[in-house]
Amino acid sequence: MMNNCCADKEGNAPKFKSYILIPLLLAGIIFYFYLEDIVNFLIYSLMNLEQGSHLTEAIRFFLYDTPKVLMLLVSIVFIVGIIRSYFSPEKTRKALEGKPLFIGNIMASTLGIVTPFCTCSAIPLFIGFVESGIPLGVTFSFLVAAPMINEVALVLLFGLFGWKTALLYASTGLLIAIVSGWVIGRLKLEHFVEEWVYEIKAGDFQMEERKVTFNDRIQAGYTAVVDIVSKVWIYIVIGIAAGAAVHGYVPENFMASIMGKSAWWSVPLAVLIGVPLYSNAAGIIPILQALLEKGAALGTALAFMMSVIGLSLPEMIILKKVIKLPLIIIFISVVATGIMIVGFIFNWIY
Amino acid sequence: MNIEILGMGCAKCHKLDELVRTTVREMGVDASITNVQDVKKIMAYGVMTLPGLVIDGKVKIAGKIPSANELKNLIGRK
Repeated sequence: MMNNCCADKEGNAPKFKSYILIPLLLAGIIFYFYLEDIVNFLIYSLMNLEQGSHLTEAIRFFLYDTPKVLMLLVSIVFIVGIIRSYFSPEKTRKALEGKPLFIGNIMASTLGIVTPFCTCSAIPLFIGFVESGIPLGVTFSFLVAAPMINEVALVLLFGLFGWKTALLYASTGLLIAIVSGWVIGRLKLEHFVEEWVYEIKAGDFQMEERKVTFNDRIQAGYTAVVDIVSKVWIYIVIGIAAGAAVHGYVPENFMASIMGKSAWWSVPLAVLIGVPLYSNAAGIIPILQALLEKGAALGTALAFMMSVIGLSLPEMIILKKVIKLPLIIIFISVVATGIMIVGFIFNWIY
Repeated sequence: MNIEILGMGCAKCHKLDELVRTTVREMGVDASITNVQDVKKIMAYGVMTLPGLVIDGKVKIAGKIPSANELKNLIGRK
């Protein structure tokens, strides 16, 4: 997974006392189970709102979904943070060395999801991979999967649209990364990598590894929560508010004619608009929510989301330093094609 | 003591640079601090994640900003 780099909170996150974890967890679970009752009590008894009206439904939706989704987000980010502490780009590179093309693509895509690295590390990472003999196609599988499958997007899809949508997103994202990397590998595009990349002699990485305790990993999970949740919560609240608001005020099938199933061209159009746009996963979900709510087809909406978060201009500009323009264009086209195919399949199934 | 900060101009790298300079000043250590932006030199240390911290030719940190205490330990251990 690729962070939008420039988080600076890491060093400053307060120390997390692991013993408060269990009471916190218990309180969370209890709160989660009574959430609906609490919300109902607030709305009908305390605020005395009329049952069944548009406004009441909108408020209920907002009051119920916001804590639900935020709690889901905190838990998943925490768990992913702990999982991620077991991985590093250095270990990933070691694991990928000498793997044949197709197996390598599968491994690289999977590792791309869990390996922590940030945008500004893309160049040393790319060089490090190429230099240790990992095929270009395998490297690209990694580079596609890292931003495409994002835990924040996964949580939000799960919380707002259910587990099926979340699972479809993750599995098709993985598939796109595997196949795109494989295609790029088959095209034999090594000559589009800047020559100087091959001349770099990377030194042996030797850092005195400190023993990582389980407490450190808990701390890593906590740091991830502070880092990510502090950045994205506002988008989520806005997104849910927008979702609640459009309930009443935008006609039900507003988007159906332009982004619905019957408009086949909406998928390529969504990708075409989505590729130059760049936003983090949390920012795009509110839009997705509004689109789906108003009759956009799931495949079209997913294709839009994937092209926004999976292919980003800043990343391309950084990669431009190590690979030549034709390869960048091929890279974008292959991935965009993959996203379009996924969009079509979804629209066809649903 | 020779401290090198490996980074290609991202916000985290600036942050680390700032943190190292304040820590060194606070501790009153005599150290020369250089920023290494050349990817070839960065790769020579085998580092793939930025920012990185190198003290007297040895990689101490890669891919994260250490906490102030961790950094003090790293510098103080010399």
